Amino acid sequence: MTEAITAYDPAVDAPAHHHPVYDYDSGPPVNRGKFAIWLFLATEVMFFTGLIGAYLVIRMGTPAWPHPGERLAVDLTAFNTFVLIWSSFCMVKGVEGAQQRDRGKLLKWLGLTVFFGAFFVSVQVFEYFQLLHHGSVPNLDLFWSTFYVMTGFHGTHVAVGVLWLFLLWLGSLRGEMDERRAMRIELAGLYWHFVDLVWVLLFTIVYLM
Amino acid sequence: MSSTATTIQPGEGAPGTVHVHHDHHELNFVQKYVFSVDHKVIGIQFMLVGLVMFVVGGLLAMAIRWQLAWPGTEMPVLGQLLYPETGKAISPEFYTSLFTMHGTVMIFFVIIPLLTGAFGNYLIPLMIGAPDMAFPKLNMLGFWFMIPGLILACMSFTAEGGAASSGWTAYPPLSTLAQSNPGSRGGQTFWLMGLTFSGVSSMMGAVNYVTTIAKMRAPGMTLMRMPLTIWALLIAAILQLFALPVLTAASFMQLSDRVLHTGFFTPTNLVINQVNSEAAGAAAGGQPLLWQHLFWFYSHPAVYIMVLPAMGLASDIIAVHARKPIFGYKPMVYSMSAIAGLGFIVWGHHMFASGMNPAMGMTFMVATIMIALPSAVKVFNWLGTLWGARIQLTTPMLNAVGFVSMFIIGGLSGIWMAATPVDIYIHDTYIVVAHFHYVVFGGSVFAIFAGIYHWFPKMFGRLMNETLGKIHFVGTFVFTNCVFYMMHQLGLAGLMRRTADPYAYEVFHHLKPLNQFISISAFCLFAWQIFFVVNFFHSMFWGKRVGRNPWRATTLEWTAPSPPGHGNFDYQIEVKRGPYEYASAEVDEDFHMQAERVDG
Repeated sequence: MTEAITAYDPAVDAPAHHHPVYDYDSGPPVNRGKFAIWLFLATEVMFFTGLIGAYLVIRMGTPAWPHPGERLAVDLTAFNTFVLIWSSFCMVKGVEGAQQRDRGKLLKWLGLTVFFGAFFVSVQVFEYFQLLHHGSVPNLDLFWSTFYVMTGFHGTHVAVGVLWLFLLWLGSLRGEMDERRAMRIELAGLYWHFVDLVWVLLFTIVYLM
Repeated sequence: MSSTATTIQPGEGAPGTVHVHHDHHELNFVQKYVFSVDHKVIGIQFMLVGLVMFVVGGLLAMAIRWQLAWPGTEMPVLGQLLYPETGKAISPEFYTSLFTMHGTVMIFFVIIPLLTGAFGNYLIPLMIGAPDMAFPKLNMLGFWFMIPGLILACMSFTAEGGAASSGWTAYPPLSTLAQSNPGSRGGQTFWLMGLTFSGVSSMMGAVNYVTTIAKMRAPGMTLMRMPLTIWALLIAAILQLFALPVLTAASFMQLSDRVLHTGFFTPTNLVINQVNSEAAGAAAGGQPLLWQHLFWFYSHPAVYIMVLPAMGLASDIIAVHARKPIFGYKPMVYSMSAIAGLGFIVWGHHMFASGMNPAMGMTFMVATIMIALPSAVKVFNWLGTLWGARIQLTTPMLNAVGFVSMFIIGGLSGIWMAATPVDIYIHDTYIVVAHFHYVVFGGSVFAIFAGIYHWFPKMFGRLMNETLGKIHFVGTFVFTNCVFYMMHQLGLAGLMRRTADPYAYEVFHHLKPLNQFISISAFCLFAWQIFFVVNFFHSMFWGKRVGRNPWRATTLEWTAPSPPGHGNFDYQIEVKRGPYEYASAEVDEDFHMQAERVDG
């Protein structure tokens, strides 16, 4: 049996003065950033699953749930939904522009995405003010409790997305049109499409059902 | 702020390319030790913060133990510090805050940061042969998101009405309505915000860990060559990714119930302390049970987040110090995956007494008992590893074996109390307290000690003192059992948990001497940790200098210098074999390093 603990030996144990830096790629054939953003979106899916699940449980457990059409301006929000879906289309064109290294195309479509996103948030804020003005406050009943918390969290996600895309737009005014930029814009695009997708679900269950 | 070496951007360079850096950017003190992006520094930061919070959580436990042994009497030393207003004695309200904050601090700011934060950060890149995490800045941000969480949770004590006092489980309506208990006036809001910050921190860490393990393994490091520590941390990170957001969503709902007076968890016509919550302006019609489901959907997997990494650490340490390959490597991996998978569908076993459809209770019971199978696979594999091994009774090994033995006790009582008929009888008694302390203190904490003793030479290039380490282990092991084993007896006698003065009930009078024994043991347990503290700081500066591989271990981190420099490895490595190549007595060399040098 050998000694349990090996003593220090400068010949082998002293660190070398140079160090190689490896750029390994061991995993699935997908960019590191894209891998991470999908993981992040998975956490977002679980977050909204928690919210939507709680909503469904509460709604099923409430004897008389008001029909959303009686309380909400469904037409306005339907139009707003259309705007958000349209912004997703713009995002796709923007990513395409970045991948083609076409600055003009990127700026145009990314700019439109930011504009429509900001429009969506503005309409939602307007809707909130209207509702609050008419006394529909979150603590009035469960309908409004769930309405504000769910649409509020979604709206926050859209606002964060608008800010993120706007910063990318600003950054794209100058600088190299390269692979890294295209990737950054694609990653933000994935988040943007996710936020849109969640809205389609929320709109259906909160406004239509 | 980072040098060129750490920031490898996505898409930069072809896979497997090597750049050799000779230039060193000089970093100032703040860049190097405070706002560092180096995974090793961040890991050590998590470790130090975790250990400091361990002392805080421990002091809260000491106050709890004082109250249970000598209720309502003046508490020496701590009393002046914690509660000067009421003549240094603990009021029932304050006792409620104490156990709430003890649980919260220990789970969210000690065990999880130590296991996933400290060991996750320190070991993942080193053990898979990567220069750093996939996203070093995100990693730094993860640490700096935990700090406000921790401060907010502690600020809970300064709030009106005192710290949160609805238990670490924060069941509504106790937690949501200000009239229900003093800690729900203001403390609970701080508590929720603290929890959310720590959750975001964990989420950032988990994304980083999974990406790093998936994308940055050294050439030759296939999945089935990864050390079990890495498997455990990977599985724990996946659990965090999928379970934690649900708690975050639930916490936001509770926060909105408290701040906006929404009614997610407030039932109709609820009157508490003469206050009707609807008349007081809160929405109602909600479901308190909904919180319990959402909370345990995270917090049961959280139990595995707290024990799986411990299992991984113990597996690696046992193999090294038993000089034997781990018995059944693949079953170890599959059983951890099975524990994690089952962990998602058993949360209801925390709620048997809350009321549920008996068919649901049966389902949760069967699923819970099934977890015994993969857990038993692990225990038998550890025993199989020890069987006939050339065991080196070093301090890390003692602690790792301590982990195994305590996990067996905690695990067995878990199977037994998973049965609905048993659980309904023992629910909210000290049996439950004994059980989860065996798993979390006896299990996770011993594995953390084992891990610190084992990887300390890697972190600081110096060995912790073995004699002090053994004294620390023996005392800790004995007193831990004196404290927590006896709690089983209290529970069988029917003593309820979360009761400020159990002796208000005459039936419990005879339990007072046992409680005093437990409390004295607990004070000894706390005091005994001085051996660890002295050893830790003394060894950091004056410990015996050791080289790259003091334990003659095989895994990749022992290929790097101790402590590893920036970028971790000072030559190019390639992984040639599995992590547990400890040979038999037939060959001279009793171990083969996992990686070999390939650049000459």
